[in-house]
Amino acid sequence: MTAALELRSVSQHFGPLKAIDDVSFSVEPGSRHAVIGPNGAGKSTLFALIAGTRRATGGTVLLHGRDVTAMSEHRRVQHGVVRTFQHSSLFLKCTSLENVLMAAQRVAGASWSPVKPLRRRRDLHETGLDLLERAGIADRHAAPAGWLSHGERRQLEVAVALACRPRVLLLDEPAAGMSARETERLGQLIRELPRDVTVLLVEHDLDLVFDLADTVTVLHLGQHLTTGSPTDVRASAEVQTAYLGAGDSSDLFPGSSS
Amino acid sequence: MSRVTRRRVVGALVLVLLLALPWLINAYAISTATRILVFAMLAVSVNLLTGVTGLPTLGQSAYFGVGAYTGAIVATSVSAVGPVQIVAAALAATVAAAVTGPVAMRARGVSFLMITLAIGEIAYVAAGRLDPITHGTDGFSGIPAVVPLPGMEPLRLDGLVYYYVLAAFLVVYAFVALLVRSPFGLTLRGIRDNEDRLRAVGYPTTAYALTAYCIAGAVAGVAGSLWASAQQFVSPGDMGFEVAALALLAVAIGGLGSMWGSCVGAAMVVITQDYIGGFLAGYSTLLLGVLFVLVVYLLPRGVSGVSLRRKVAT
Repeated sequence: MTAALELRSVSQHFGPLKAIDDVSFSVEPGSRHAVIGPNGAGKSTLFALIAGTRRATGGTVLLHGRDVTAMSEHRRVQHGVVRTFQHSSLFLKCTSLENVLMAAQRVAGASWSPVKPLRRRRDLHETGLDLLERAGIADRHAAPAGWLSHGERRQLEVAVALACRPRVLLLDEPAAGMSARETERLGQLIRELPRDVTVLLVEHDLDLVFDLADTVTVLHLGQHLTTGSPTDVRASAEVQTAYLGAGDSSDLFPGSSS
Repeated sequence: MSRVTRRRVVGALVLVLLLALPWLINAYAISTATRILVFAMLAVSVNLLTGVTGLPTLGQSAYFGVGAYTGAIVATSVSAVGPVQIVAAALAATVAAAVTGPVAMRARGVSFLMITLAIGEIAYVAAGRLDPITHGTDGFSGIPAVVPLPGMEPLRLDGLVYYYVLAAFLVVYAFVALLVRSPFGLTLRGIRDNEDRLRAVGYPTTAYALTAYCIAGAVAGVAGSLWASAQQFVSPGDMGFEVAALALLAVAIGGLGSMWGSCVGAAMVVITQDYIGGFLAGYSTLLLGVLFVLVVYLLPRGVSGVSLRRKVAT
């Protein structure tokens, strides 16, 4: 079976700094795949390379067997690779519903439509409200995104991504700064996603990772350490060394290495 | 009374007032009202870019000028029929915007503002130099009175010209109002709020921004054509930096993003310049500065921000 997403020797070098160095792994269709690693491991950079926000300086990114390395970000989204952002990135002056509609109207092919008022597009509104409902913020649909709490913004962020009808959903630390209850709700939302959506998530909350993921990839200092089942990864000596930082103090001082 | 009903009632009252205006005020005042409408249309164009799409511009005077000269040329050598001039002016301004827009689209924010400023200045200088087309700094005179529809008499009374301009203004205003409320309008607001995110939602954002730029150019062009019909004279001064700056000022006074606010802002600018400025010869620019400072200080969201308790996105 063709992998939903495959990275072949992908690199991103910023001059002498190798943020991502020769990373290869593949994500099976329908899997819940987590990428973990200490601070500065290159997780966010890797995401940017997969989503197309950055172009890899080396290697190949394949989406369902198709080479998308040179494809622009918005074209990749149209091919089903949709990302969320580590720091909520929303349309703050637009309402929550409008945030979701921004994506829903493009999927529906209506984003160039210049005449019929958006208000009258019942179909789009139903899709939008349904997504907000699933994300648990339906009651906030009329509030500008700028008024939402941090947790609600994280939920809206996921709803916007889902409105793009992703085939591969990239979640960049979706639970960052969420309360325990909000995290639980998010976990449920991810579990409820149809199996034809492949999920790749970067997350610091390891409880959530081991709860959701069927496969885990560990990055360390820009390099691929291991990929395996949660049980294998937890037992791996290499991973423990990377996290506990034997002989390498950079992980104890987050930021100094990133 | 709900907010929507109240808006409709106020809208209807304003419309009735605009229609009754020629019976209420004298001929000089009515020609000022005509100029306010033309300037308000330019402000609607600036607002579409600056308030809705988030691209602050000082270049709309260029497309206003292209529209004004196109209208003047069509009027003198092709047809005195107004709508023909308007369509020609809109097309010419759209082409001008489509040619110059891609340059400006390479930047955002202050850099975008500077590039549009350059576009406006180049257009201004070109209008003064291209004598065979524009009659240079002497100005383009001898524009015949406008014929509103084929078969009708040319409009010679200020009151009738006012109605012609009002009709065109209402059509354009309705068109832009629809556009802002459409899915395309939401896309433009998405560019203003967070262009990077919009790209991550799958939009080629520059294509949308450039389309907005061309539409705004067309609206400015229509305003230019109405200007040519109303004044029967066009000179490079009509498309100078001051025009662009005052249009941006009108939008800032009215409240970024609000169409009716921009129109009220335009009215305030023209009235301040024409009437109050008249008593203090030479100080009208100073007055506008004071007006601007007062508005920014007292009404940070502009005139349109006052009636709404809370900010509701248009």
